[in-house]
Amino acid sequence: MSGSTTLAGTVGAAAQVVLVAAGSPLLVGVMRQVRARLEGRAGAGVLQPWRDLRKLLRKEAITPHGTGPVFRAAPLVLAATALVAAGVVPIATTESPLDGAADLFAVTALLALGTVALALAALDTATAFGGMGASREMTVLALVEPTILMSVFALSVPVGSTNLGAIVNSTLHEPQRVVSPVSLLAAVALAVVVIAETGRIPVDNPATHLELTMIHEAMVLEYAGPDLALVEWASAMRLTVLLGLVANLFAPWGIAGADSGWVALAALPLALAAFAAKVTLLGGALAAGEVFMAKLRMFRVPELLAGSFVLALLAVAASFFLA
Amino acid sequence: MTSVTGAALSASLGASVLAASAGAVLPRRIRPVAAGIGTAAAGAAAVVAGVAAMTGRSWSAWLPELLPLAGVRLAVDPLGGLFIAVTGAVAVCAAVYGVGYARPADGHGGHGLDGRTVQAVLPLFVAAMLLVPAAASVSTFLVAWELMALASLLLVVAEHRHRESVGQAGLWYAVMTHLGLVAILAALAGLAAAAHGESFDRMRAAAEGMSPAVRGAVFVAAFAGFASKAGIVPLHVWLPRAHPEAPSHVSALMSAAMVNLGVYGIVRVGFDLLGGGPRWWWLLVLAAGAVSALYGILQAAVATDLKRLLAYSTCENMGLVLVGLGAGGLLVTADARPLAALALTAALLHVVNHSAFKTLLFLAAGSVLRATGLRDLDALGGLRTRMPVTTAMFAVGALAASALPLGNGFVSEWLLLQSLIGSLGEGGTITAVTMPVAVGALALSAGLAVATFVKAFGTGFLARPRTPQAEAAAESPAAMGVGMGAAAACCVALALVPAFTVPGLARAVQVVLPGQDAVAGQVTLRLAAASSTMSPLLIAVGVAVAAAALLALLRFATTWRVRRRARLWDCGMGPMTARMEYTATSFAEPLQRVFDDVLAPETDVNVTPLAESAYLVDSVSYRARVGDRIESRLYRPLIAAATAVGEAARRLADGSVHRYLAYGFFTFTGVLIVLAVTR
Repeated sequence: MSGSTTLAGTVGAAAQVVLVAAGSPLLVGVMRQVRARLEGRAGAGVLQPWRDLRKLLRKEAITPHGTGPVFRAAPLVLAATALVAAGVVPIATTESPLDGAADLFAVTALLALGTVALALAALDTATAFGGMGASREMTVLALVEPTILMSVFALSVPVGSTNLGAIVNSTLHEPQRVVSPVSLLAAVALAVVVIAETGRIPVDNPATHLELTMIHEAMVLEYAGPDLALVEWASAMRLTVLLGLVANLFAPWGIAGADSGWVALAALPLALAAFAAKVTLLGGALAAGEVFMAKLRMFRVPELLAGSFVLALLAVAASFFLA
Repeated sequence: MTSVTGAALSASLGASVLAASAGAVLPRRIRPVAAGIGTAAAGAAAVVAGVAAMTGRSWSAWLPELLPLAGVRLAVDPLGGLFIAVTGAVAVCAAVYGVGYARPADGHGGHGLDGRTVQAVLPLFVAAMLLVPAAASVSTFLVAWELMALASLLLVVAEHRHRESVGQAGLWYAVMTHLGLVAILAALAGLAAAAHGESFDRMRAAAEGMSPAVRGAVFVAAFAGFASKAGIVPLHVWLPRAHPEAPSHVSALMSAAMVNLGVYGIVRVGFDLLGGGPRWWWLLVLAAGAVSALYGILQAAVATDLKRLLAYSTCENMGLVLVGLGAGGLLVTADARPLAALALTAALLHVVNHSAFKTLLFLAAGSVLRATGLRDLDALGGLRTRMPVTTAMFAVGALAASALPLGNGFVSEWLLLQSLIGSLGEGGTITAVTMPVAVGALALSAGLAVATFVKAFGTGFLARPRTPQAEAAAESPAAMGVGMGAAAACCVALALVPAFTVPGLARAVQVVLPGQDAVAGQVTLRLAAASSTMSPLLIAVGVAVAAAALLALLRFATTWRVRRRARLWDCGMGPMTARMEYTATSFAEPLQRVFDDVLAPETDVNVTPLAESAYLVDSVSYRARVGDRIESRLYRPLIAAATAVGEAARRLADGSVHRYLAYGFFTFTGVLIVLAVTR
């Protein structure tokens, strides 16, 4: 690896962290706006999430009675893991210097660590809602895990590596692989995983106001002010990273690859724009889909996840038998 | 006898004997301290011996006059050294902790643990566990194995005067461990007979030429015996009973050191003495491991007894280790040696990691038990303000056990996954079918482990105390903190720089699988068999840097500097009580419902109506219990059948001397006839 490639990789990684940090509330805004328009409402505009965050940051920090250090640290852990994931995942460049530090397994496990921190914080409040949210979130997390690892398995077989940069680079070099059964099955399975992990309909409803149906919202019920801002922001970043992961695993075009020298650096703005377009498209599609769907009953969710596991298993089988 | 390994091992055994005599003769006041220091010294010396063996300083000795007929034959190679080092490290932590644990707390704890029996037997238990991986002949091995079983049995029943359930647990353990011994005895005796010699060297040399039937029978019998010691489903039933009922530092020794020796036995007999085997052996091992991992963690996920939860988690982790061993064996038959070495390295690293975090978790659970007298998670809670050190220690252990990044469990599970997914193309259809299933089992068990340990830590240590006992908890004595701290330090070191174990593990794997190193790299782990990389240290640094940057950003962006305390959201109904909290049972309820068919929970709702009308409810009682289904479905019928046979056999012995003489006569005549016909 030449010096300028490392430089391009480092700049690219920094740029993608900044893009995710600044752009993720906008993605949430776009998704809300799409939903509002489809439901016949005017909507609050795509900038509304940023306005909300600014408002929350100016508010007083609250420590509810009986909560301890875990409750205080959880938003920080959630946001920190999301930021690290944003630096590792190939968003703008496949040459991130952190690429070798965490492969696809490590990235998904790192995001799970953030969820765990939030679930512990919810239990720490000692309220029924907190416990309920934590219990449901952990159930979904436990059942999602097999699908994640199986999809990773299917994607890594043709490449021989679970490193994200390697997978994306190999898809770039062999674009016909995208339409193979392996890739399509794994894409559907991963899409279900992303919906479950980010708490979207039909697994969870991010806009619900009824505590009894909440998963994610029940966990963060006690957060207010800057803490809540951090949680909301981190959730938006996780959504962006996961959507971006799906987008670039299956349609990596536009990303800055292992080009030598200053070409890579020059390709970065284009890569960032391509990424923003892809994620906006995916997010818009997700929001449009949500309009036509209702939230599933909690105990129907395992069936959905089992279905996605079967798809992932088929993807692995296809990768062996069709290769 | 001049090598470091031999000297350190001899010193360790000597220290154990000294500690045992100190425990037997010294007055009660200084007994725990003296025995504890002696055992810790023995453990430390064993660590030195084990590490020396893992750096290549093998050692062997023959002491013909120590045991009649056979003599004692000892040999420490890197593989045995690994298990000796792990056992020694666990012993150090448990011994230091035991000094504080034996001291009676106000009201509960103590439980006569400073008595002569416990204090004298504990060092002997450690010594026996150190001798097992050092044994180099069948007789030496079996003597050490049985000494280990008897010593641990005495320790399990140490608190039998205080709880009814201890006796039952001891009975289950005694029966299962001896059935296991019978299986191992049969296997090793058969192997020794076929090899015409009982030293391991002799057997290793002769194993090649044996018939496949003999080899297969030896392997299956040895596997059954060793798997029952490792707590592999369906031979695990003693483990979730005996480990919780033992005193907590003994639980740690059993769950973190003794079960490992089951794994050691499988590696030693299957890979080393028999030199590997056909595919079906390893499919058997892999299947047993996968079932054990899933069943163990599922039971742990719905368990409310903290120590029972940890015991089932041991079943899970030993299952994962067996998945690694099975995959390794399978890959050897497919001639994919670099991948096989990776699978074995992952399995052995998981043994080390599991020992580190399970020691820590059992010691922390014991600290809770001593302070509150409670093991029931539904009755605990709020320990974080009352027992901050124990809470922090349990948190480190729980992070490791849930196999998430920043914990050490993640590293070995990552290696294991890499070996499994790398092997899809090797060995044809069999591996192509088994490996995805194994990955699925591994993934589901990892996911359930996260839920399990969130439950254990979140309901047991966070939130508010649910009972007065939990409310009155106080932090444990310093010696217990030091014991836990040592285990926690091992966990952190293994989590951040796991590479320091790699050279030793590679030598241990090379004992059974000569070849290249499977894992390389100092900060970033690189694999010889696949191009995946991962760096636990960089991930940790990344998270820390990101968190620090966020803190700075928050400080810059927010205007308020003081946090205001406020009421919790109670729907406007007034202050919330501890009874409104989610308990461990309610936390696990969704999972219990999802896995209803496997767990078959028993619920019992009893509605008592008022005398005046059947429609007015006076009281409702609800009882739910998740039993071990394998125990009730597999073992109960067996026990009932054995009892029935026993009852029937009583009719044969009705006290009549004539009848007994007739038995003798007919048996003798029968034998003569058989001999006459066959000769």
